[in-house]
Amino acid sequence: MGKTHVKLTVNGREVEGLAEPRTLLIHFLRDELELTGPHIGCDTSHCGACTVDLNGKSIKSCTIFAVQASGAEITTIEGISGADGTLHALQDAFKEHHGLQCGFCTPGMITRAYRLLQDNPNPSEEEIRFGISGNLCRCTGYQNIVKAIQTAARELSAPKEAAE
Amino acid sequence: MNEQTPTPSERAEKLQGLGSSRKRVEDARFTQGKGNYIDDMKLPGMLFGDFVRSIYGHARITSINKEAALALPGVLAVITVEDLKPLKLDYMPTLAGDVQAVLAGDKVLFQGQEVAFVVAEDRYIAADAVELVEVEYQELPALVDPFKAMEPEAPVLREDIKDKTEGAHGPRKNPNHIFTWEAGDAEATETALDQAEVVAKELISYQRCHPCPLETCGCVASMDKVNGKLTVWGTFQAPHAVRTVASLITNIPEHKIRIVSPDIGGGFGNKVGVYPGYICAIVASIVTGAPVKWIEDRIENLSATAFARDYHMKGEIGATRDGKITALRCYAIADHGAFDACADPTKFPAGFFSIFTGSYDIPAAFLSVDGVYTNKAPGGVAYRCSFRVTEASYFIERMIDVLARELNMDPAELRMKNFIKKEQFPYTSATGWEYDSGDYQTAMDKALQAVDYTGLRTEQKANREAFERGETRKLMGVGVAFFTEIVGAGPVKNCDILGLGMFDSCEIRIHPTGSAIARLGTISQGQGHATTFAQILASEIGIAAENITVEEGDTDTAPYGLGTYGSRSTPVAGAAAAMAGRKIRAKAQMIAAYLLEVHDNDLEWEVDRFVVKGAPERFKTMTELAFAAYNQAIPGIEPGLEAVSYYDPPNMTYPFGAYICVVDIDVDTGVTEIRRFYALDDCGTRINPMIIEGQVHGGLTEALAIAMGQEITYDELGNVQGASLLDYFMPTAVETPHWETDSTVTPSPHHPIGAKGVGESPNVGGVSAISNAVNDAFAHLGLKHTAMPHDHWRVWKTAQKLGLTG
Repeated sequence: MGKTHVKLTVNGREVEGLAEPRTLLIHFLRDELELTGPHIGCDTSHCGACTVDLNGKSIKSCTIFAVQASGAEITTIEGISGADGTLHALQDAFKEHHGLQCGFCTPGMITRAYRLLQDNPNPSEEEIRFGISGNLCRCTGYQNIVKAIQTAARELSAPKEAAE
Repeated sequence: MNEQTPTPSERAEKLQGLGSSRKRVEDARFTQGKGNYIDDMKLPGMLFGDFVRSIYGHARITSINKEAALALPGVLAVITVEDLKPLKLDYMPTLAGDVQAVLAGDKVLFQGQEVAFVVAEDRYIAADAVELVEVEYQELPALVDPFKAMEPEAPVLREDIKDKTEGAHGPRKNPNHIFTWEAGDAEATETALDQAEVVAKELISYQRCHPCPLETCGCVASMDKVNGKLTVWGTFQAPHAVRTVASLITNIPEHKIRIVSPDIGGGFGNKVGVYPGYICAIVASIVTGAPVKWIEDRIENLSATAFARDYHMKGEIGATRDGKITALRCYAIADHGAFDACADPTKFPAGFFSIFTGSYDIPAAFLSVDGVYTNKAPGGVAYRCSFRVTEASYFIERMIDVLARELNMDPAELRMKNFIKKEQFPYTSATGWEYDSGDYQTAMDKALQAVDYTGLRTEQKANREAFERGETRKLMGVGVAFFTEIVGAGPVKNCDILGLGMFDSCEIRIHPTGSAIARLGTISQGQGHATTFAQILASEIGIAAENITVEEGDTDTAPYGLGTYGSRSTPVAGAAAAMAGRKIRAKAQMIAAYLLEVHDNDLEWEVDRFVVKGAPERFKTMTELAFAAYNQAIPGIEPGLEAVSYYDPPNMTYPFGAYICVVDIDVDTGVTEIRRFYALDDCGTRINPMIIEGQVHGGLTEALAIAMGQEITYDELGNVQGASLLDYFMPTAVETPHWETDSTVTPSPHHPIGAKGVGESPNVGGVSAISNAVNDAFAHLGLKHTAMPHDHWRVWKTAQKLGLTG
């Protein structure tokens, strides 16, 4: 099958490659760009393990073709931490509150929470639970994930408030 | 020179040993997307395998045409049973003493069964080629109802063994019969039931479900033809056992096989077995000379690799009128699917189901389990529980509630009246299990107080009156469950898998500068072994947990062990770690005695050092002793500081717990809300409270999934229904309630550190508590028992049958 040129900005870097029109974005990210943080957990867009940030929205990268994403700005779990390697508040909070066990849902979950907190910096527990309901976790029962996101939300909004 | 040091308790705290809520060392890589799961692997020249699967539940294969598939550019091979026969790989042994078709021969026996294996340059081409393989079938009548399996007119499924009258577990009564397994005293139970003042009967069904870890099964097989060495990376909960099985069936010598489990994205029992995908990937790598990757998709996972449960249990429970249980009997039909691929210790075809007397002192008990074949996927793994323990626990916990209705007694009171008492431990049950330790009454009292049980029952009474008056359309239910698990398989004298004793192992090497590496025969799938095993060792050898690397899952480096399932890691490998640590300490003591010029017996261990008795200023720290072990010649002592321990547990461990669930059911919609869930767990000594709590949250959420929705069903033609996440219930953060956790601590007397294991308890107790709560909501209306899963539709149907809906 013929291949199409795909050009993207991923985690702040311009990247390009060839993809068949049918290649899913998740396979392009994982197999071509070797960004294996986002995972594949289902075939039906339910599990959210493949969640990435595309032009400021959380998307399930198993549900769009790589060619559809051409020209987009994408952030994956690999791009969440600072350029100097400093962990994002969410990454710290997930560890601190035991918000992960097997780790398979974690990249998608953190990437989703990252967007959630930008859209809603001070979410209630109910808003967090609804906001991550597109991401399944089989290990934690979500309770500690919710706690981690609440902690990160406080952490992220604290310095801003202090500056005001 | 000895450094000035903090107090012993300050030093102990720094070690982050037993009891510390140490943060997990695994998390750094997982939170940054740097995990190393099987599908992340990429090897030069790697090919992809994909299955052609049966579209029928039961059919004869009349032809397979692979020409079109082979003609597709990028396709290297299409492997069928004809390719496997010369290698004697058309069938593989199962863990249960049966054989399973690697690729279907004359017949397919379940929808989704593996028929051909396509090997191609990438996963898309492989998927295309699967579509191009032409398989002609002649459909046969399917057998899906396990109760009909042994009827004379039932179709014969397994033609390969139809004349075999003796199975791996005794005589077979019928071509679709696998085994009959009995435990307890049939005669005494019969007599006790005859004489009982009250006998309650019920059919308790535990539906077929699936562990459904977020990562599916998969592997990468690579045959290095130059060195003759086969390496298989994959989602294996028992890598060493896989190596032995692989060697036995491929005839490749065991030292020429390396099995590696990388990071595993959850297992819950699904990754215990050996699947056709592994064998086909190995064959494909041998055939093509290139590494071959096989990764299931979700539909394949749910419809072909290891299901769980599917036990249908007819129960009778006898008691005196005042509620003293006198007898328990169970006859169970176990639906094993098309091949008996149950993952149980070899001598236990029904697992530890005979723990079915639960937490109660029942003088007479008898059970009989018939395993049968049906046109469904093989499996029968322990989905987040020890072998068939959740079935047993669900059975007794429902039967107790059914009896309580019959006696018009409070279910909590009936339980307490029949508890095995603290002073009865060690307690031998009517079916022969020796319970190691327990204090059930204390746990139950704490639970009942924590939720204000009396208050809940008062509120429920008021709710029922208000419902009667038409003031509410919601019914409140209170579910009480008290479970006893049997985990930590197990003593080699009676527990083995394919002849491999179920011991486990730990090897420790202390480095000269006082840090260490420990390797174990188990493999974490999210349990945090790298964190907790280091804690056990930290307390034993006085080296801070952060300075101990824990490695598992590579059979070339780790000592032999039977793997992680059945909550056996802490009871067995955790014990091996403690024992290996003690060997290290014993040698360190001899070194210290030499250096301090005293007798061994003049030294005592204090947190991280040996101190001369009565002379606290004279001591040697573990760091100093480690250096000395490598740095100086000590007469009569070999250099180095290493130890290995293979631990054969003297008994299983018996964690227990009291769970209480409160639900509110909208009778018009069937919507069931869990208002409150309280879980008290007693898992003996607690290694890492943070991780225990996380395990309990996760296990309860899986219990919620099973009790409220998970089910794999088949229609009468054998079509699997609901085998994708569109239908198979996976609770999201919205459906999952807040879990309240609590504990008591009753250490195991025979485990070196008193730990019992916890990962599976919440699933075992949780399902019963939720199901009891749903049943309880309707109990006053005469409902004895309604079957799981309690999804909205079924609950609504129950309400409708009781005449509650409009």
